[in-house]
Amino acid sequence: MNDVQIMTGNSAAAIGAKLSAVQVVAAYPITPQSQLAEILSQYIEGGELRAEYVRVEGEHTALTVCISASTVGARVFTATSANGLLYMHEQLHWAAGSRLPIVMCCVNRGVGAPWTIFNDQQDSLAQRDTGWIQIYCRNNQEILDTVIQAYRIAEAVYVPVMVCYDGFVLSHTMMPVAVPAAARVREFLPPYQPHTILSPEDPRNLNPVLFPWRRENSAGVLCDGYMEMRYKLQAALEKTPAVIQETNRDFASVFGRDHGGLFWEYLTEDAEFYLVGLGSMASEATKAADMLRQEGIRAGTVGVRVFRPFPAQALREAFQKARGIVIFEKGISYGYEGPLCSDLKAALYRAERQAPIHNYIAGLGGRDVKARELADAARASWQAMEKGIHEQPTSWLNCFTG
Amino acid sequence: MYEIIWHGRGGQGVVIAAQMLAEAAYLQDFRGVTSAPTFGPERRGAPVAASTRIAQEEIRIFSQIEAADIAVVLDESLFRVVDIYSRLRKDGALIINSRKPLEKWETKGDCRLAVVDAAAIALRHHLSKEGAPVVNTPMLGAFARATGLVSLDNLEKALNHKLPPGQGARNFATVKAAYEETKLGDKP
Repeated sequence: MNDVQIMTGNSAAAIGAKLSAVQVVAAYPITPQSQLAEILSQYIEGGELRAEYVRVEGEHTALTVCISASTVGARVFTATSANGLLYMHEQLHWAAGSRLPIVMCCVNRGVGAPWTIFNDQQDSLAQRDTGWIQIYCRNNQEILDTVIQAYRIAEAVYVPVMVCYDGFVLSHTMMPVAVPAAARVREFLPPYQPHTILSPEDPRNLNPVLFPWRRENSAGVLCDGYMEMRYKLQAALEKTPAVIQETNRDFASVFGRDHGGLFWEYLTEDAEFYLVGLGSMASEATKAADMLRQEGIRAGTVGVRVFRPFPAQALREAFQKARGIVIFEKGISYGYEGPLCSDLKAALYRAERQAPIHNYIAGLGGRDVKARELADAARASWQAMEKGIHEQPTSWLNCFTG
Repeated sequence: MYEIIWHGRGGQGVVIAAQMLAEAAYLQDFRGVTSAPTFGPERRGAPVAASTRIAQEEIRIFSQIEAADIAVVLDESLFRVVDIYSRLRKDGALIINSRKPLEKWETKGDCRLAVVDAAAIALRHHLSKEGAPVVNTPMLGAFARATGLVSLDNLEKALNHKLPPGQGARNFATVKAAYEETKLGDKP
């Protein structure tokens, strides 16, 4: 039933897009995303994927092409990394504000300056407030499956989805990936049926300047103002967690793989101490939890898949019994702390028990993060928490300056 | 879990070797396999490394290998420029492509040694690329012999899957020859 192939994360993403029968691809190559753009162009050139590949002169245009093609009803795909994503920033807001179900892979890479081609998650974390759904993947199977799920989610709520995975660490590492049959993916993800299509037969004026108040259009219909339309984007995102969970359940029942929906848990049934992260570092942290368990610390791991919309309520429930939490992040809100840490602290504001939370910044610019190092940091935090040290300054793991 | 580091020079095919080993190990019923290049740009002739992890269960770690169980060295001149031992367990296995016979090699620590003249095997089978003997595939045969982790059958399947049509058979001949000609040290 499942054809298992050993492939890179970039191949997994390309196959996910192909199986999703995307109709338009526009992408501009950037390390470590380049292979993904190349593989898709080969699929299209070779006739394996019936889609149009639009070559562009930069990332801002790549997303603009996707916005235009999506507006006329096509299922579209793009991918980028780091400064390419930052160059798209304006159009990220435009895509979400236009309520277009675009799916994009962000192959996570640190941003310049100083220049780096290596992995961290500052690029996508910095796009947190653009209105996109963000899902972080922990291995190559999850990348393939999440791209397919992303179209179901995006087309259900009319919000674009960014599928994030770690550059090099996953994008260039090969591992076994089960490739689902195209016919079954088609059943799970039927062709896109847009509720509105811009076409010559039905001309419309989209996204004109709106005045601060609601206003009648030329037909005398009272139309939403800017605030109403922005509220609707927020309302769509508020109902998205339920859609993601339902999509995850359906996917699991059809394909037999459950990636966890909003987040996944490892050894948390009797855990009192939690290691938390996004993407491949959370996977690495499961090994750290194993190590801490061997020392008698009841540790577990939570990998947050969906960073936006932030699953505050579900996480509050998941951490009900926590006596301590450490959060490892490959990005920071400069001048404060890791963004996942801030969000999780806010989510626990209304919790009955306020578990102490320590925050570690790790792996910036591709600096390797080993399970042993995560375990060492977590152990030190646990010992401090046991002594009543509930707060400590955000620590930088493996950083040699000061 | 077994952790393997491949040392070579840019152009020698360490990345492909690491991938073919992962394929063969998966066929050998190891459920978890990963292979990764050294992340970043590569230059022809410069020292490069690639890695393979092999495990019975799904692999959850993607960090770089600290102390490998097995190091495969495609170019013995690398001992002068790369600290091969610093990333190998003291009791690990060291598999070297060298004309120098096993007896003349002195190794550090308790590592088990295996030596094969992969370049001579490649030349004997007229397997060269841009004038240099292809040593990555014969070293897979040496790996199979020295570790017993993968069978020749599964290496053959992996080769046929990875290589362009027609090249599998010639490459496999060097794998088999290296398997037979690899000399193993007497440490357990």
